[in-house]
Amino acid sequence: MSEADKQLLNPEKWVSLYADYLFNYTISRLNDKDLAKDLVQDTFFSALKAKENFKGESSERTWLIAILKRKIVDYYRKINSAKGKAEVRMNFYADGEREGEWLEERVPTDWSGEIDKKIENQELAVVLEKCIADLPEKYGMVFRMKTIQQIETDDICKELDITTSNLWVIIHRARTQLRKCMEENWFKN
Amino acid sequence: MKLTCDEATAICDKNQYNEASLWEKIRLGFHLILCKRCGLYSKQNKVMSTCYQKLKDAECRKIPILNQEEKESMAQKLKAKIE
Repeated sequence: MSEADKQLLNPEKWVSLYADYLFNYTISRLNDKDLAKDLVQDTFFSALKAKENFKGESSERTWLIAILKRKIVDYYRKINSAKGKAEVRMNFYADGEREGEWLEERVPTDWSGEIDKKIENQELAVVLEKCIADLPEKYGMVFRMKTIQQIETDDICKELDITTSNLWVIIHRARTQLRKCMEENWFKN
Repeated sequence: MKLTCDEATAICDKNQYNEASLWEKIRLGFHLILCKRCGLYSKQNKVMSTCYQKLKDAECRKIPILNQEEKESMAQKLKAKIE
């Protein structure tokens, strides 16, 4: 690469050029405006500090996104760490003779009534959003990436540094929890 | 061959993204013949997938953005560090 092809950094212009892009990227994963804003600001600070490491081989934007991605995985690790780790409620017996069977109070019950109408109701999104927000953060984050953002399984695993089986366990727990939440708050109320 | 309800519904969830293997689908099918509870879960799971799609569509229409004020404050804080 010749010197002329090298990209240069222009920190004064970062916010106007990339803030929206980085913000959208973050919000699609975390769905929390304030948090997303903080991570983007933090990305700019880190980038400024690491300015000397920029080789100019990629574009400014690619470089900033790489820094943001590390912030996101750090955040995921934080919410996944043992300290203050929140778990979803159990839906199945975890051990004993009935291990893997439905817990009686969590067994799906018939929704009956006008399901089709309820699906078309505009309010659905509001109630569902609330059910997702009630999930422990880690579950909400992975669930949203997979189901709402529809990011490929491999890409999510790479991005968050988790295994495929780990991802499916999270999705399974999130979905059983959401089914129950929607049963109580939407389909049977 | 035999699955617990926990395992069966886990496959059922994976299958909602078309990512369950053939063998998993066969085992799930057998379980569903015998288990009414998971049968109902499976039926409702399809409804839930439709709900998730609705939510996705609703979200696509209202993407949150940073307003000018927020961007200016961001730029200010960054500028303070540059100097």
